[in-house]
Amino acid sequence: MPRYIVSRLVATALMALLATLVIFLIANMVPGDPVLAQLGDVAASNKAFVAEWRAKWGLDLPLWERYLIFLKGLLHGDLGVSIASQRPVLEDIGQYAPATIELATVGFLLSLLLGVPLGMLAAIKRDSWVDHVARAVSLVGVSSPTFWLAFIMLALFYGGLQIAPGPGRLDPIAFSPPTVTGLFLVDSLLAGDLESFRDAAAHLVLPSIVLAAATLGLITRTTRASMLDNLHQDYVRVARAKGLREGRIVNGHVLPNALIPIVTLGGLAYANLLTGAVMTETVFSWPGLGRYTFRSAEALDFPAIMGITLVVALTYLLINLVIDLSYALLDPRVAR
Amino acid sequence: MSATVQDARSPAPAPAAAAPPVLAVSDLRTQFFTDAGVVRAVDGVSFTVATGEALGIVGESGSGKSVTAQSLMRLLEEPARIVSGSIRFQGRDLLAMSAAELRKLRGAGMAMVFQDPMTALNPVLRIARQLVETMMAHGNVSEAEATRRGVKLLGRMGITTPERAINGYPHQFSGGMRQRVALAMGMSNEPALLIADEPTTALDVTIQAQILELLHELNKDFGTAIVLISHDLGVIAGLCSRVLVMYAGEVVEEGPVEAVLSDPKHPYSWALMNAVPRLDREPVAGKTLTAIEGSPPDPLSVSVGCRFAPRCPFRIERCAEHPELLDIAPGRESRCWVTQAGAALDVRATPPRSAFPVAAAAEAAPFQGAKGEKPPSPSALLEVRGLVKRFPLPKRGFFEPQLYVHAVDGVDLSVTRGETVGLVGESGCGKSTLARLILRIHRPDAGSILFDGQEIATASAHEIRPLRRHLQMVFQDPYASLNSRMTVAQMLEEPLRFHGLATTTAETRERVAELLETVRLDPKSGARFPHEFSGGQRQRISIARALAVRPSFIVADEPISALDVNIQAQILNLMLRLQDELGLTYLFIAHDLAVVRHISDRVVVLYLGKVAEVAPANDLFTAPLHPYTRYLISAVPIPDASIERRRERLRLSGEPPSAIAPPSGCRFRTRCPLAQRICSETPPPLAEHRPGHFAACHFAGTL
Repeated sequence: MPRYIVSRLVATALMALLATLVIFLIANMVPGDPVLAQLGDVAASNKAFVAEWRAKWGLDLPLWERYLIFLKGLLHGDLGVSIASQRPVLEDIGQYAPATIELATVGFLLSLLLGVPLGMLAAIKRDSWVDHVARAVSLVGVSSPTFWLAFIMLALFYGGLQIAPGPGRLDPIAFSPPTVTGLFLVDSLLAGDLESFRDAAAHLVLPSIVLAAATLGLITRTTRASMLDNLHQDYVRVARAKGLREGRIVNGHVLPNALIPIVTLGGLAYANLLTGAVMTETVFSWPGLGRYTFRSAEALDFPAIMGITLVVALTYLLINLVIDLSYALLDPRVAR
Repeated sequence: MSATVQDARSPAPAPAAAAPPVLAVSDLRTQFFTDAGVVRAVDGVSFTVATGEALGIVGESGSGKSVTAQSLMRLLEEPARIVSGSIRFQGRDLLAMSAAELRKLRGAGMAMVFQDPMTALNPVLRIARQLVETMMAHGNVSEAEATRRGVKLLGRMGITTPERAINGYPHQFSGGMRQRVALAMGMSNEPALLIADEPTTALDVTIQAQILELLHELNKDFGTAIVLISHDLGVIAGLCSRVLVMYAGEVVEEGPVEAVLSDPKHPYSWALMNAVPRLDREPVAGKTLTAIEGSPPDPLSVSVGCRFAPRCPFRIERCAEHPELLDIAPGRESRCWVTQAGAALDVRATPPRSAFPVAAAAEAAPFQGAKGEKPPSPSALLEVRGLVKRFPLPKRGFFEPQLYVHAVDGVDLSVTRGETVGLVGESGCGKSTLARLILRIHRPDAGSILFDGQEIATASAHEIRPLRRHLQMVFQDPYASLNSRMTVAQMLEEPLRFHGLATTTAETRERVAELLETVRLDPKSGARFPHEFSGGQRQRISIARALAVRPSFIVADEPISALDVNIQAQILNLMLRLQDELGLTYLFIAHDLAVVRHISDRVVVLYLGKVAEVAPANDLFTAPLHPYTRYLISAVPIPDASIERRRERLRLSGEPPSAIAPPSGCRFRTRCPLAQRICSETPPPLAEHRPGHFAACHFAGTL
């Protein structure tokens, strides 16, 4: 077991290093000369000036040396300066990330806490009304386009019924709670401001449902299939022949086996939610990473794009590490 | 290390007049309500099991024996339903019980052990938890107390270091060990009845002998009544006092094991007995086994008359009427008009219409007498020397040493043109790897393979291609080895075209029809897909495909292991006839020693990647020299209760060691009672002790 953990940690570190290399190479090998792009025609024709300029930015150094400087910067949290905002990229990401993390986490928990029990019930009561509901939910969830679902939800619950708040993280006239984590649900509680907590929570309802819909569908479907698969295994019949109660058979025998594929799916789904909420964030005016990504791409803001790419890569690596480690807990055959 | 056990199986206890039997089943009907219609899987079955009795239920797949077993504990799921009848356990009606009452009984009063120990244990839970929960679900025992009892129970089931084993996970144990754990789970509440559904079918023969011995002890020591379901008459003969024979959902014969096996009173029992070759008998001249024609009836539409009549060699006019199960002698019942009328089932008296009807032409052709009398051809078709194959294991860490599975480790083998060499050994001994090396599916790491004088061990894929025509293979699983999206004709045409053996369409079509006829299939069935055929027919298609390119050498890797005994007999007969007609040479791999003795001229015994013994078949089975061979032979159950009871049994303890780090010197020394110092120091050479009889043992012939 410790050997397995160490091997996974080492592998993840190596992968992270590889990711920085790929990102660095892509940024440095795109056609186009930064000198020509930054200097005017006159300055660019002055050879001495160009050389001085190159030396100033380190562009005269060999590629590998520049990579080491890039790495050193990364280790000090230096992701460069955004062209659009003229602020360090890390600072930008630090500002936008909490909104996304909050939304994605709430959406993920929603899909997990609804999807797993629904999938389990559907499998146990196969072909009953629960099963039909579960299958309908997963079909609708998986096949509804996000932008469509987002507009429908807004039109119905905000515009029509007026029971849900509009876009944004808080009421337009409300103040943000004092920033500690950047997660409004946490910060408002830390400040003891229940009104602000309620406001933040209410604003999360619609976007998190929209964001969770597809994941909920996938998780319900996978849980159902995985449960059905395991319910027909021999060890279930053996458990029945032992005289165990149905509840114990399902929770004690079937679920630990059925959870294994759900961990993989859930982890990857969470990574997807964290990094791919552009559509939902746009419709709900959510000031998150998705919108920051979109804006950076639109403005060809290279330092920002590189920074985001690195963050996305590291998110996936980290979540994969968590998946691998939980495998070892769930399945004794993995870590020997 | 090993024990010589001589015992007489206790006879059936005299039926106690007062006490009710442990189990009384009467007119049980279990049906499957499928989309295609109602399958009457169990159709009016009645029997009783007395306290402490061991009852065997035998039949081929689809006979309803397993469904009967599961009905007894009401473990069946939709779409199966028990529609009528009664099951009384110690006088209480099981079918009237509520789910809660039933639950209290399961695992306590009656327990069950299933066929496949690899899937019967939950892979993600510790043994301790799976063992303890059975006890805790049925009694007020603390977890500590249950664990203590669990350790004791595992020890009783023959698991060494049970204190450590109980904290392990299933994947850390071999199949035999897992079956011991499953037995411990079954016995944990000392049930009055243990139902064992093919408990040894998935195990090697030496492990099977250990498990059967254990079942026998449980029956004797705990007084646990046993219902043993098996397709193997030998297994039943060794353990049970009474046997039920099932066919198409009905009991067709019931009686004391000894009597039923020696003098069957139903033609189906008769056919079962005659279809299996016997390890303790020399094969009859010509070697044809009595294979009854056809296959079991379509479960969706059962005929009104005797269900066995369409396949029965003894049928009379009256068989159009459905016979009842009636007493024909004290303690013996049969569902047959012929024997009820007092007639004997004797081939000589009533020759079967045709034991192998479609093969009439072949049977007319005179056999060359027993195969052993064949003049030995001087030239070896296949000559294998010092063959080695190691498979690298995935490394556990970057700096860890590379480990290998030593699958085949210096094997010599020669096969003469026209002979059949049998290859036997327990699973993991390297049989299949050796076959794949010879066919160059794998590339050997060392050694030479001369086929017809040509070196193929080192030949390139390009050089080997033309030779493939002469070397063909028949695989074990006829369901997995045929492409389900190709018609039979397409499968047979492919090799013909590839090797340029047929060029025109007419020529190809003619050859395909000819091939189908050769394996006794309808020549017009070429347009059909594999799923339209039964297992036996599929294996015929596999053989036809191998024959398509007119090979001289066929490697058959467990070609009949997945088939029922009657179908096994049909395929064996077919292979023998084809060898005779086409002059084929076979390398026949099997774990069933009786079958190997029946079909082989010479037999090679493998143990952990090395040859232990090579000898002419009769010589090997009557006078084995290597202790491992003796143990193997002794472990095979013989379908004759009187022999089985008197038999002096050598029991091999333990399991084969790991092929990753095989023992030094002689591979068998860790399980061998003869082992001495020399055995761990010097690997014994494969020496000729008698003409043609080689054994790799320092003390050959002394056990």
